[in-house]
Amino acid sequence: MTNVLINAPKAARKGEVIELKALILHPMETGFRPGTNGTIIPRNIIERFVATWNGVEIFSMAFSPAISANPFVSFFAVASESGRITFRWTGDEGFSAEESVAIEVA
Amino acid sequence: MSGTTRRTFLAGSALFTIVPLAPASATPEAMAQAIRDLVGGRPVREGRVTLDLPPLVENGNAVPLTVSVDSPMTEADHVRAIHVFNEKNPQPRVFDATLGPRNGRAAVATRIKLGDSQRIVAIAETSRGELYGASADVIVTLAACLEDLT
Repeated sequence: MTNVLINAPKAARKGEVIELKALILHPMETGFRPGTNGTIIPRNIIERFVATWNGVEIFSMAFSPAISANPFVSFFAVASESGRITFRWTGDEGFSAEESVAIEVA
Repeated sequence: MSGTTRRTFLAGSALFTIVPLAPASATPEAMAQAIRDLVGGRPVREGRVTLDLPPLVENGNAVPLTVSVDSPMTEADHVRAIHVFNEKNPQPRVFDATLGPRNGRAAVATRIKLGDSQRIVAIAETSRGELYGASADVIVTLAACLEDLT
């Protein structure tokens, strides 16, 4: 159901610095906005984003309501070994999403 | 003549329009406090941090922001964390990113919401415990969070 878009190279040389981009569909409702009936729309955001390379955490980020809807994150990683890069998002209302991509490191 | 003159009516209606347009908002002092909470008594040096965001944005709902830090990103000397703060959104913190030597390059890009024209501050924390900061001013013509777009 969750829509995730990952942009990562499929192959890299060992030691190369690669850019990883991740986008997820999520309203990131701040909890500060009134809805059409005047009451505040309850907060519903992603609180944490974690990237792991073959199970080892390489990058994480704590979001606040100031992150735009459909959060986009770009960061870098050193290509160390072939395997899978996993992206995980967790947040309010038990939100949890995970996506992983394979990478070949030669 | 009625009890409500044009002047009192205008004064009253101005009150009604101003109140809902001023939601709970952080202040430059709140940002300074949030930065103090993070930094403690340590000095924050200028330089090494590049905070890249457009000086004039039309839509505060999605403002591209990039923070990059000049660092070798080795085991001995790397950027451990990047923190971003704002002055006038409801809360002073924007994000806290945790990095390490496996990132190779200390740079993070994302898109943020801005509720008003304001100053954004980025602070990088290195593995040696040093702090580097940079700030940028943004003018926002259409603020985020004011209307329900759904």
